[in-house]
Order: sequence, then C-alpha cells, then structure tokens
Amino acid sequence: MSRVLLTGNAAAAWGARLARADYIPAFPITPQTEIIEALAGWIDAGEMAARLVTLESEHSMITAAGAAAATGVRVFSATSSQGLLYGMEMLYTVAGWRVPWVLVNVSRGLSAPITLEPDHNDVLAARDSGFLQIHCAGCQEVLDSVILAYRLAEDTRVRLPVIVNLDGFYLSFTREPVSIPEPAEVDAFLPPFDPQRLAFRASAPLSQAVAVLGGGPYSYFRYQVQLAMQNAETVYEEVSADFAERFGRSHPAVEAYRCEDAEVVLVMMGSFATKARAAVDRLREAGRPVGLLRPRLLRPFPAEACRRHLLGRRALAVIDQNLSSGQGGVLATELAAALYGRAGAPLLASFIGGLGGREIPPEEFFEILRVTESAAARGEAPPPRLLFTETELRELRKLQTLAGVELGARP
Amino acid sequence: MSEQETHFRSTRDLPSLHLLGTGTPMCAGCGGLEALHQIYDQLGERSLIVNAAGCMTLLSVYPYTPFRGSWLYTAMASAPAGAQGARDALDILLAQGRLPPEEDLKVVVLTGDGAAYGMGLSATSGAIERGLDFLYIVYDNEGYANTGQQYSGATPHAALTATSRLGTGFRGEKKDLFAIWVAHRPAYAATLVGAEPLDLARKVEQALTVRGPKLLLALAPCPTGWDFDPQRTVEIGRLAVQTGVWPLKEYRDGRVVHTKVPRERRPVEEYLRAQGRFRHLFEPERRDTLIAAWQARVDAYWASVEH
Repeated sequence: MSRVLLTGNAAAAWGARLARADYIPAFPITPQTEIIEALAGWIDAGEMAARLVTLESEHSMITAAGAAAATGVRVFSATSSQGLLYGMEMLYTVAGWRVPWVLVNVSRGLSAPITLEPDHNDVLAARDSGFLQIHCAGCQEVLDSVILAYRLAEDTRVRLPVIVNLDGFYLSFTREPVSIPEPAEVDAFLPPFDPQRLAFRASAPLSQAVAVLGGGPYSYFRYQVQLAMQNAETVYEEVSADFAERFGRSHPAVEAYRCEDAEVVLVMMGSFATKARAAVDRLREAGRPVGLLRPRLLRPFPAEACRRHLLGRRALAVIDQNLSSGQGGVLATELAAALYGRAGAPLLASFIGGLGGREIPPEEFFEILRVTESAAARGEAPPPRLLFTETELRELRKLQTLAGVELGARP
Repeated sequence: MSEQETHFRSTRDLPSLHLLGTGTPMCAGCGGLEALHQIYDQLGERSLIVNAAGCMTLLSVYPYTPFRGSWLYTAMASAPAGAQGARDALDILLAQGRLPPEEDLKVVVLTGDGAAYGMGLSATSGAIERGLDFLYIVYDNEGYANTGQQYSGATPHAALTATSRLGTGFRGEKKDLFAIWVAHRPAYAATLVGAEPLDLARKVEQALTVRGPKLLLALAPCPTGWDFDPQRTVEIGRLAVQTGVWPLKEYRDGRVVHTKVPRERRPVEEYLRAQGRFRHLFEPERRDTLIAAWQARVDAYWASVEH
C-alpha cells in the first residue's frame, strides 16, 4: 500500500486499474477527461492490461459498455453532465440488460446556461434508470467506491450497473492523500468477473434484450430490477463490511457525523457535505446540538438507515445541490418519502444550494439552522428555499447592466 | 466477382438448408425478410445479431426467436456501438485465453433504413472509421415502415408516405448510403435485393471472407409501405434491377463494380406503376414531368458509371 496525493479523477482511474477492468469505452468531456487520459496512458505504457476505445458519443459509449459486459468482460467508463444525458436512453437500456459494470460520473451542472462547475442534476437525472448510485465526498472514497462497486454490481443477487459519482472540480481536480491498495489485496476482495451463462458464446446461443408484448412481461422484468435493487441494500452492507475488514476503511451506505445527540440534522450528498461537516463543528463549538447525515448510496435509497438516524430528531435541514424545477430538492423528497407516516418523523426544511458550484459559506449554514429551528418552533415545514445572497444579486445586476450596454451598443 | 472465386455458379449451388425460423410477425411478402432469410443461411448460427430499432426488432419477441444464433436488441441509434462492444469483448476474451476460438461469433448489425440513413449514421461512421470487424445488414424499405411508412432519408423522390400524402409526394431525394460507406473505404460494401438470390449469395460469400466493416444494403420491397400485393415482392425487386432503379454493385479493393448490369433497361415507369405509392404519377391524370424526371435520374446514374 502506498499513500500519494491524487486528484479525484486519478483516484477513479486507479480504482478501475486495481479492479482490472478489461474494457474501457470512452468519450472525452470536462471535467472527466483526465480519467480516460490516465487509463490510456497506463495502457499505452503496458502498465494496465485493458483495451480503451474512444467511441463517437456517450450514447455509443454506454451501448458498447453494455454490450461488452453482456459478452462477459469487466467494463469501466466515465462521463459527466451533458455526456450522461446524451447517453440517457442507453442508461435505462443497459440496466434492463442486467449487465454489471461501473460508470464514473463527474458531476457538472447542466445546460442551459452551459457551465463547467458541479451540481447533481446530471447524476440525478439517472436516478430512475436502474443504475445503482454511490456518491463520494473525498478522493479516497472515490478509489474505494469503484472497487466496491464492482463487487456489488457483479453479485448474482444484484447484477446491475453502478454509477460512482464525484463532484467536478471540487473532487475531480483536488489532490488529497490517497492510499492505493496493493493489487493482490484488491484481487482477494474482487475475484474476476464470472458472467456465468449470461454471455454470448457460439455453443450457447442467447437472445438478450428482446421485445415483450403486453404489460405483464414488461412489468415482470422491471420488477426484477426493483427486487435486485432491494437485494443490493443487503449486499452493500456485506460488501462494505468485508471491505472495511480488509482495508480498514469504512464506507457505510449512510455516513452520520456527530448525530448521536443532535436535535437538528443537516443532510447533504457529495463533496459539498464536507462544508456542512466543518459547519457542524463550528455550530457545536457555539453550543448548538447539530449533526450531519450524508447518504453515500442514493440507489437503492437507504431509507431504513436514514430512519434509524433521523426518527426522533427535532428537525432536518436538507441541502440539495440540485433543483427539480417545479418541485425543489430531490434528496428532500426522497427523505420525506422515507419518513412520512413514521412516529417521530422530524420537521423537514429544504434548501437548494451549490448549483453550478455556487459556494455555500459557513454563515449560510448558521442561517439554514436558524430558518430550520424557527420552522420547527412553528411546527410548519417551509417551502424550499433557494440560497442566494444580496451580494450575489448585486454582482449579477452588474453583469446584467454590462449585458444591456452590449445589447444597446448593437448597430 | 469472377466465376472462379465463388461457390455459387448457379441457383443450384444456393444453400438448401434454411436456418431462419418461420412464423415471424413480419408482414406478408416482406422483402427485408426475403433477403435476411438468404443472408442468414450463409451467415449461420455462430453469429450475434445486434439489432437497431425497426421492423425486425419484432423478430425476437419474448420468449420466441427465429434465430438459431444470438441476438441483442440495442436502440435505434447505436447498434454499431453495440457491435463494437461485443466484438471488442470477444477479442479480449480470445486474447486472454478465456474464450476458445470455436466459441467466437460473427458480429452483425441488423438495421432498417430509418436508423441506417439517419439516426444511426454517426455510430456507423465511427465503427467503420475504427475498422470494426462486423457485417452491417440494412433492409431498406425506404421509409419508417415500422411506424407506418413515414418518409425517411431513404425515401425516393415523389413517393407517397404517411407524412407526404398529397401533391408531389416526398419532395426530397433518396440518400446514397452506399456512397457514404464507400467514402469511408470499408473492407466491403454491396447493394443487393432478395429477388436476385445468386447475386446476393455471391456478395454474402465475399463479405464473410474479409475482415473489417462490411455493408450489405438490401432493397426491401415493402407491400405494406409501398402499397402492392404481397405476392408481387419478387417481381418488384426484379423490376427495381431491370429498370436500373436499384443498381447491383459492390465495392472491394478500392473499386466499385456493377455486378448485374441490365442489358437493356426497362422503362422506370414499369417499376413505378406497380406500386401504390407512385399511383399519383399516373392517376387521376398522368404526370409526365415527374415520370420523365425519374427516368432522367436513372439514365443519368447509368451514364455516369463505367461498365
């Protein structure tokens, strides 16, 4: 084992290398490109025995990934944002093929307006696709999660593809100390992919992904995905426990920080949750009983684990780095569904922050807490609140003035 | 192809064992199925058909399939990428010694013209440019036939379709997919039609002997979409060749060669008259300008090719 400084992208590439991915269909997109560049470099240098093929789109990339996994090799790929959406049809399709493989998504806000910086609307658009989703908050977690994801995906009780998500820029280009496990240790944890009889072979013809007629067979196969997702909750517990035992690093489905005696719990996903974690420490110093809950697993949604941590609290402040326009935060609605009708369900206040990489400064967490506590005192959940400061609005007005001048200057 | 190079010297040499199952949900008289039957007899069961959305997606409906070999339905746009993934995976397994050579498969895309001439072009171009070893079979029924024959990039000028019902009919021109393939310098490309079995068999034979991207572009007379009696499928296919509307040709070794040149081309009118989709050129009154333009287009093609 060696400990080195790695970006989140490099950590993802190391995960694929240690998992001995056989096949990497690729397509460049910022901020993911460094992952496929790293893998291509290793393959060219003979340090990694894999085949990397650049397709002409993410739609094709995901098709090739699914077809290769259906033929029985271990497949890795990576994308971001527009790329994930361009391939969206095939996310649903290959999940329906029940092929295990791992796709890293480096989160980036969606167009329009086009931007490079992160939020989770891209990966959450794939929420209902049948891919499992693991959301990472640190570079070590990225490397470990890619390896974990293969064990999870290839388990015969699951056999579904997995998205491992990390935030663009904040993780993709941030160097952190990362322990790179020994290949032999990873091999012991992750045996070679055995497709069993589900692979294309001349002696055993197989029809995959055929059409069905009528709602009965269709429902049956879609329900199978749901049941596999339910199995995945249990399998995740087993696999992450085995991982913790072998590597000494624990990656629970839901990470709880200073939650034991917390009256108010902040809930966030991804690397921005580290901002909330720092805020919890400062709030604790100020004598406020606050904790942080960070779901790592979004699909299957770890509802039971969330309930275990959250029932009996006074209130939750759910900070979504996404916006379901016309509704609000996705995580807030997921949690509301998990808690509704349960004794001791806390009041839920929903906040939207971090869109397109927008900063959430420490003082905003204080304000979030104030709003949440006052809602709890009233006993009435407030509508989703869009975080934006007067200063930001002033800066934007300046830009609008400039845009107006430009408009007026046209002949 | 010279006679010495082929096993198919006369129709007596054509395969007598038929591999594709019967009772499929294709329309009666489907010219695409007519061609596929013949191609599959030569291709054989050691194959993986990667399918793009179209009429033939309904060949395999759970739990039935007419294929003795394997099948993977993908989507409309990306069947060649599915072929890429499968071929690459097989090659990886072969190289690693995890797959005995006798377990290898021929990877084949089966697509209609809707995907081949339009949505699937980008994926097809990519697969050819990467030199993918695959066979690409197009059944060209000249419209989005599976959804009721709306016009596609393969629809010929003046054809009536579900989205060009009145007036002239379809105002555009049929795209030259063969030329698009040839521009990529593939290993092999050919046009064919089920009604010319010997020509078809020689082309399939040739395609199966070379590595790399290979196109088999089959004109697929479509009784439902073109509006003719299903029993006339073979006749319409022959007319397409004899009138010069559907030139039979192949691209190999960097050259395009016409494989069956009609000695005296019959008037295009005979082909048009046989189909309801062109009836408006003759009824209620004859539209000489449109018919003449059709004939002129075909004549210009043959004038432009050396044979």
